[in-house]
Amino acid sequence: VSENPPPGESSPPTGSRYTETLENWFRTRAGGLVVPIIATLFAFLVGGLVVAATGHNPLASYKAIFEGTGLNPFSYLNEDERRGAWFDLQQTLIVFTPLVLTALAVAFAFRCGMFNIGGQGQYFVGFYASLVIGTHLEGLSTFPHVVLAMVCAILAGAVWGGIAGILKASVGAHEVITTIMLNWVAIYAGQWLFELGGPLQGDQESIPKSNAIFESAHLPHVPFATGLQPLHVGVFIAVAALVVYTILLNRTTLGFEVRAVGFNPEAARYSGISVGRNYFLALAIAGAFAGLAGSLDNLGWKFTIATNDIQTSTVGFIGIAVALLGRNRAVGIFFAALLFAALSVGTSSRQLDADVFPPELAGNLSTLIQALIILFVATELLVVSIWQQRKRIGLGRAKPAGAEA
Amino acid sequence: VTAERLLDPRRIAIAGIACGILAFWIALPPFTVRAIGVPFVFGFLGLGAGLWAVTRGQRKLGLWAIGLSIAGVAAGIWAQSRTTDSLDAVVSAGLVAATLRFATPLAFAAIGGLFSERSGVVNIGLEGMMLVGAFFGIYVAAETGSWPLGILGAMVAGALLASIHAIFTITFLADQIVSGFAMNLIALGITGYLFRSIYGTEGTPADIPRIPSITMPEWFRDIPFVGDVFGDLSFMTWLVFALTVAAWLVLFKTPLGLRLRSVGEHPRAADAVGIPVKRFRYGAVITSGALAALGGAYLSFGFGGSFNENMTNGRGYIALAAVIFGKWTPFGALGACLLFGFGFALAIPLQGEADISANLLSTLPYVLTLVALVGVIGRSRPPAAVGRPYVTQ
Repeated sequence: VSENPPPGESSPPTGSRYTETLENWFRTRAGGLVVPIIATLFAFLVGGLVVAATGHNPLASYKAIFEGTGLNPFSYLNEDERRGAWFDLQQTLIVFTPLVLTALAVAFAFRCGMFNIGGQGQYFVGFYASLVIGTHLEGLSTFPHVVLAMVCAILAGAVWGGIAGILKASVGAHEVITTIMLNWVAIYAGQWLFELGGPLQGDQESIPKSNAIFESAHLPHVPFATGLQPLHVGVFIAVAALVVYTILLNRTTLGFEVRAVGFNPEAARYSGISVGRNYFLALAIAGAFAGLAGSLDNLGWKFTIATNDIQTSTVGFIGIAVALLGRNRAVGIFFAALLFAALSVGTSSRQLDADVFPPELAGNLSTLIQALIILFVATELLVVSIWQQRKRIGLGRAKPAGAEA
Repeated sequence: VTAERLLDPRRIAIAGIACGILAFWIALPPFTVRAIGVPFVFGFLGLGAGLWAVTRGQRKLGLWAIGLSIAGVAAGIWAQSRTTDSLDAVVSAGLVAATLRFATPLAFAAIGGLFSERSGVVNIGLEGMMLVGAFFGIYVAAETGSWPLGILGAMVAGALLASIHAIFTITFLADQIVSGFAMNLIALGITGYLFRSIYGTEGTPADIPRIPSITMPEWFRDIPFVGDVFGDLSFMTWLVFALTVAAWLVLFKTPLGLRLRSVGEHPRAADAVGIPVKRFRYGAVITSGALAALGGAYLSFGFGGSFNENMTNGRGYIALAAVIFGKWTPFGALGACLLFGFGFALAIPLQGEADISANLLSTLPYVLTLVALVGVIGRSRPPAAVGRPYVTQ
C-alpha cells in the first residue's frame, strides 16, 4: 500500500501556473517515453542474462551487434570503415522500411480497439500481388509499372485485412484468431504458388522460386546508394506513410470515428457511428499498410520470392513489437522500427563476428528481446511502479507529491 | 402438441442439415451407393427442409441446411464418379486414426484453454506453451532416457511459462492478449535459442524414448474398423479422452468448478462470497499451460520423433478457436478439435488420390477453422468476464 496519493488527486495550487503546466506536461510526456525506454532496457538486461547463462559475454555480444548496424559514429576511423558503416546503415534502413509499415498495420487497428496479428499474411499477399504485376506487363515504363504494382499490393493487403474486418463486423469473430488463420492461409497459398509446378513458379524448373520482376518495376535508388544491395526510395515512402497515418487518424472524420470506436464501441454506437463499418475499414486500411510493405520489399531489393523466404519471414510479427514499443504513434514507431531494424541487421550472420557470438543464436536472441519488450510495455503498472521506486532510493525528487497539502 | 414439436423449425432445419450430409456420406465407403438418384433425393429433402425453416424464422440453421444440401449433392455425385478403390484409400480407418492423431495435441491445448477462459483469462499464449512443452519434453526425455520424465518436464515448462502470463495479467493487469502474444514470442525465442545452442545443426538425437502406443489385445484388433482405429492408439490420445471427461466433471460437477466458473462470469460477486478470485485465476492459467505443454510433448516425442523450430505451426491458435467453437465446454471443444484434426488428416489421402498440391491442402485446417468460426460464433456466449483484469476493491 502506497502512502502517496495518486498524482491526479493532489494538485495543490502552489508555485506559478507556468511551472505547474510545465511539470504536468513533463510528467505526461515523460511517462509516455519512460515506459518504453525502461521496457527496452529491461529486455536487453534479461536477454543479456540468457547470453551469459549460455556461456557468452553479453557486453561483447551487444557491442558486436551494435557495430554491425551502421549506427555507431565512433567506429568511423578511416575512409574504409566509413564506407563499411554506410553500407551497414543502408541495410538497416532497408529493413526499417517494411517494419514501419507493418507496425502501422498493427497501430491503426489498435486505435480502433483491435489487435491485428495478421500483418504477416497481409504483407505476403501484397508481396505476391506486386510480384504478379512486376513479372508481367513487359515494356511498361518505370513510373506506371511501379505505381501499378504498389496499388495492387495495397488493394490485396486491404482485401486480406478486410476479410477479418467483415468477419468481426458481421458475426463478431475475434480478429486475433481470424488474422492468425489468414496468415497461415497466405503462407501455404504462397508455398503452393511458387512450389515446383506451382502456378507462379519461374522458368528455372528445378528451383521453387518465382521469376525476377522486370527492370522497369524496380524502385529507384536513393542518392549516394552504393553496394550490391543499395538503399531504395521505399524508405521515403515509409516515412510518408507515417505522416499519412497521423493525418488520417487525427485530422479526418474517418480517423475520429475509428478512434471513437476504439475508445468505447458502445458509446460510439449510441452517438450514431457504425461500429461494424469502422471495424471493417480499420482492418482494411491496416492491411493496406502491410500490403504496401510487401510491395516495397519486392520492388525495392528482393525482386523475387522463393518458398524458403516465405517460411522464414517474420517482418509482420516484428511489426507488432514495433507498434507496441512505439505506443501506436508515428514518432514512436519511427524510433522503434529503427531499433528493431538495427537489432535484426546487427544479429544477421553477415554482420556478426561468429567468434564473439554465434549468429545462428542471435536471431533467436532478438526474437526473445522483442518478446520481452512487448511484455514489459504491456505492463505499464510494473514499469511505473519501478519508476516511482526511484523516489525512495533517492534518484528523483525526494518530495512526495502530497507533502504541501 | 406432438405435431407441433415435430414441426419445430429448428428440428426441421437440423434434419435438413443431416440430409445434406447424408447425400454425400452414402456415396462413400462402407456404403458406396452408386445410384445417381440417391444423393439427389437426400439433397432435395435437405433443401426443402432448409427453405421451410428459413421461412419460419430459423434463418441461420435453415441457410446451413440449404448450403450443405447443395454441397452434399455436388460432393456425392463427384464421389460416385470415383472408383470404389480410390475412395477406400481416402475414406478409411486410417483416416479416422489420423484424425485422432492430429486432434490429440489440439485437444490438450483446448482443454487447457478452457480452464483459463472459464476463469476469465484469455490465453492466446497456448501456442507458446505447446512449444516449450515440445522442446523441454524432448530435452528431458533425451537427457534422462525416460518418457514419463519427459512428459513431466514438458508440464513443468508449460506451467512456468503460464505462470509468467498469470503474473503479468492477473497481478500487473497487463492486456491479456498482448501478454499472451509475448508468451508466444518468448517461447519461440527461448526454444529456438536453446535448440540451436544445444543441438546445433544436427537436430534432436534419433534415439530418444518415445511416448508408447497402447496396443489392444488380439480379439479387439480383429473387430473390423473399430479395431483398426482404436487398436494401436497413442497413450496420449487415451489420456486426452480421459482428460476431457475429467475436465467436464471438475468444471460442472464439483464445487471447485462452480467457483471457477463464477470467477469467470462475475468476479466481483465471487469475491463478495469469499472466493479468492486471483488465486483461482492463477490456478486455472497455470493448469492451462501444463495441459497445453502436454499437447506439445505429444507433437515432439509422441507423434513425431524430433523437435523443429516453431513446430507448433499455429496449433495453439486453432485450439483457442476450438474452445470458442465448442461453446466453452469440454466435449464441445473435443468435438471441434476432432473436426480440425480431420482437416489436417484429410490432406494426406487427398494429396495422393486427387493429385492436389500438399501446400494447397495445408490451408485446409485453417480455412476450416475460419468457416467454423463464422458458422457458430453468433450463437456462442463467452464467460462474461473473460479478458477483463480483476482489481480487488
